[in-house]
Amino acid sequence: MSVTQQAAPAVTTPPASGPKQTDGRTSQRPLALRLLARPEVGVFLGAVAVYVFFLIAAPPVRDGSSMANILYQSSTIGIMALPVALLMIGGEFDLSAGVAVITSALTASMLSYQLTTNIWVGVIVALAVSLGVGFLNGWMVVRTGLPSFLITLGTFLILQGVNLAVTKLVTTNVATDDISDMDGFGQAKKVFASSFDVGGVQVKITIVYWLVFAAIATWVLLRTKYGNWVFAVGGNKESARAVGVPVTFTKISLFMLVGFGAWFVGMHQLFTFNTVQSGEGVGQELIYISAAVIGGCLLTGGAGSAIGPVFGAFMFGMVQQGIVYAGWNPDWFKAFLGVMLLGAVLINLWVQRTATRK
Amino acid sequence: MNRTSLPRSRRTVSLVAVAAAAALTLAGCSSGSGGKKAEEEAGNVSAGKADTPRMTIAMVTHAPSGDTFWDTIRKGAEAAAAKDNVKLIYSNDETAGDQANLVQNAIDQKVDGIAVTLAKPDALKDVVAKAEQAGIPVVGLNAGLGVWKEQGLLSFFGQDESVSGQALGTKINGTGAKHALCVIQAQGDVNLEERCAGVKKTFGGKTDILYVNGTDMPSVKSTITAKLKQDSSIDEVVTLGAPVALTAVQSVSESGSKAKVATFDLNKDLVSAIEKGSIQFAVDQQPYLQGYLSVDSLWLYKTNGNFSGGGEQPVLTGPAFVEKSNVEAVAKFAAKGTR
Repeated sequence: MSVTQQAAPAVTTPPASGPKQTDGRTSQRPLALRLLARPEVGVFLGAVAVYVFFLIAAPPVRDGSSMANILYQSSTIGIMALPVALLMIGGEFDLSAGVAVITSALTASMLSYQLTTNIWVGVIVALAVSLGVGFLNGWMVVRTGLPSFLITLGTFLILQGVNLAVTKLVTTNVATDDISDMDGFGQAKKVFASSFDVGGVQVKITIVYWLVFAAIATWVLLRTKYGNWVFAVGGNKESARAVGVPVTFTKISLFMLVGFGAWFVGMHQLFTFNTVQSGEGVGQELIYISAAVIGGCLLTGGAGSAIGPVFGAFMFGMVQQGIVYAGWNPDWFKAFLGVMLLGAVLINLWVQRTATRK
Repeated sequence: MNRTSLPRSRRTVSLVAVAAAAALTLAGCSSGSGGKKAEEEAGNVSAGKADTPRMTIAMVTHAPSGDTFWDTIRKGAEAAAAKDNVKLIYSNDETAGDQANLVQNAIDQKVDGIAVTLAKPDALKDVVAKAEQAGIPVVGLNAGLGVWKEQGLLSFFGQDESVSGQALGTKINGTGAKHALCVIQAQGDVNLEERCAGVKKTFGGKTDILYVNGTDMPSVKSTITAKLKQDSSIDEVVTLGAPVALTAVQSVSESGSKAKVATFDLNKDLVSAIEKGSIQFAVDQQPYLQGYLSVDSLWLYKTNGNFSGGGEQPVLTGPAFVEKSNVEAVAKFAAKGTR
């Protein structure tokens, strides 16, 4: 199986070399097959298939501004899917990621509103809170040795409750107050929620961040020592520790990275919509995880890429918006979404199988 | 091992960040506009307090937690409870089976009255009958207009979703709209589907339905944008909740559509959007009134044997239109989160 092939070398030869160079078998095979065996190629082809399909089925998709809209939807999923994927490669996952986004937005909004401070004060405190939540998740997982499923299920419920209770306590409502007339809002909106013009098409800045973050994550995964650590702790924690990989540091930092992503997306939502309802975000964690899994990250850790989840998120956005652009009967919306995603994943799987069997 | 040294240093980092933020605040990094300072302190509703014996009333709804609309219902119920010397036990669960369990829980607590929403009436039928057998009066609110009488409820407070949908349909006929898009934020919700069906019934033009994921605002925004791009003949967007309405306004401007936005249900941001004219009007079903009246009616029944609605007719709390001409009167109540 392709997955174990990738995981094992990362563990046994921790520093310097990337996983694919050390795999004797794959290096002797033709380049095309070697390429196809990479986890992100399958999802890339799946994404292309979905894209071409909607290009034919839904004429409005051919328009540049429609593409910008699809990419925007993909980017809000994709920015979170990236750290979620890295965490998954590191062998853990985070169910609290969806509500953590709302926690961050609520913190920034309420803190600056209630204390009547500049918005940036709230933004910075929210970052600290988000990193803190990530740290706590990671610390508990490392200290207790319990599955991250249990730990983060706990934080998921805690955050869900705290989001609601604290918002209610502070604002007496379940939504935050409108902060759009406060100092610093304009600046923060420019940073987190602006858009710019490309050939007459309004492009959201989140798309740029998404691609930049993906590029950085790819570089870190494939070219740095830290990237090797991530593969190593996800492949086999004990042998990783034995060869000197700082397992605790790697795992906790990965959870904090998810916290950073939650902060970023949370800030985007806050500065796009001015207010936040405390009950939102539930269920999003599964979409982030799905985007990562569709993107070729293994649920059990040790394998995956940063570019795969980019296509995974794109596929989600493409299918979700494509169905609307195609103008299909909306009663079937969820069913269409499911069939499309399954189909794309099957293409992904088929590509992987054909590539590794020969 | 670096296990202990690392967490400590990380903790220091976040502590430093919080301290830095606090320092920034103290250093005069405060906002010159908006914020809490600008928020006017509005007095709470108070109408004295009854000296009748203390009683306990349970309110069990199918509300999702953290939703502005349902919070307003609860506020109404709390206001009535405070006035009537009633201890209010509020609980909610979206799942019909779990909501039934919560009603059973109230029966077990031997409460003096139960107010319940019947969004999934069949699932609650047995437990409502059980409460009635136990001699606990039950009133309905918000959802269940079609079934409250046959299930033996004392009274019902709410709007007829279909009637209010029809009222909205009639209203947009007058604005010259030709093609309406009705946005449903929870696929399969009976109340929401009924509203759109009502709009379709009276609206002279074409009505399309669009489903969006209500817990993910960015996706709500792009989905509405996508639909407006796909069909440029849409000139009216009808949303079924205030947060979705405000998002739809952004979608309209982003898609370059000329569609107007009308909505069901209010919140304070929506009120200012109506003032500014970015939203045409809202059909208000007065959730505060639904919560208030259901608690108050149980109190009246217990203390004076009254039947609100005469036990024959439901008490309708909507549709009340909030538009530019009357929004001013509503604004100060909406700011407190009670309209």
